[in-house]
Amino acid sequence: MNITSEEFDKEVLSSDKPVVVDFNATWCPPCQALHPILEELSDESDEYKVVFVDIDEDPILATEYRVSSIPCLVFFKNGEEYERRVGLIPKKRIKKILEA
Amino acid sequence: MYDILIIGGGPAGLTAAIYARRAGKKCLVLEATACGGQILNTDKITNYPAMASVSGPELAQNMQQQVLDLGAEIEFDKATSIEKVDGGFKVVGEDGEYSAKTVIIAAGTSPRKLGLPHEEELIGRGVSYCTTCDGAFYKDKVVAIYGGGYSAAYGALYLADIASKVYLVHHHEELRATGGVIDALSASPKIEMVLGSDIAELNGDEKITGITLADGRSLDVDALFVSIGRVPHCDFCVDLRLDDEGYIIADESCETNIPGIFVAGDVRTKALRQIVTATADGAAAAEAAIRFLN
Repeated sequence: MNITSEEFDKEVLSSDKPVVVDFNATWCPPCQALHPILEELSDESDEYKVVFVDIDEDPILATEYRVSSIPCLVFFKNGEEYERRVGLIPKKRIKKILEA
Repeated sequence: MYDILIIGGGPAGLTAAIYARRAGKKCLVLEATACGGQILNTDKITNYPAMASVSGPELAQNMQQQVLDLGAEIEFDKATSIEKVDGGFKVVGEDGEYSAKTVIIAAGTSPRKLGLPHEEELIGRGVSYCTTCDGAFYKDKVVAIYGGGYSAAYGALYLADIASKVYLVHHHEELRATGGVIDALSASPKIEMVLGSDIAELNGDEKITGITLADGRSLDVDALFVSIGRVPHCDFCVDLRLDDEGYIIADESCETNIPGIFVAGDVRTKALRQIVTATADGAAAAEAAIRFLN
């Protein structure tokens, strides 16, 4: 799901499940490659949540979370960041981090 | 046991899989991240025949789908070593082990790092190896790019359209790039050449704040783009013959010095590293593997 800064509190910080936030942009080729992988992950399980933040539409969130390379995956649990990965990583690793 | 195991899902590896499947061979592609390799960092590809302009991810997606439709398997795992076993090879990955009668290494290259302290921690915090991926973050900021080849020169021009100032830093007094791009660099009011010195230190903890050069000069920057070439992924097995730069030695047949192991794409010794030369290698390597199996 695509979210904006207004929804961030509700969808990410207050989520009772682990959440991976994909900071991305339409002009970033590796982001386009990562997108379908994350969509697949999202369809596979209800145990975690996958959300997308377009950094051009929401520069404030990107600044707040100090994102300066994309794609950037930031993992949240109980409202806290617990892991962060920059660049392409395989689906299995993302799943492993979400299920950790 | 697979007939052909391909390490790397870039254009070379995926083309090898197409040829392997068309010959009816049982085939696995091991890809460390996402299929496509370097083209995933490319916004527009305009030199692939029959595609006047295509995005890298789109071309990669089409290749991957073709491979899957032909019945090849793709596993996302990073291969770390190849061992000789009875009847073929065992490829060890981070998450599993795979055996095959033949192996095609199409593992590509990755950007060369500076090898300086704190570099790893600062990746994604101002240190980047890809101008087209991360340049847009530095609108009206001051950035540096390090390197002296064409990719550094064109990288500087790309960044000059975004940043307020671009230092092009190179350890020699002259760039390796020549020709029109040099004129374009001199014509840009935003680009300042900083020549004749290496980078000695990366400054900043949470994010990069500047660089210190070996001759003592220091530059305040919001980002450092490193553009000093690429290194081949070839450290799979000690017996492979490599050239001085670490590329796997093979001629157009794509046969390595080890019978049953073949090499394709950017990781092979060759003059021109392009998508079309990678796909050509993929076909040649698959053909050689098929001949070996038969």
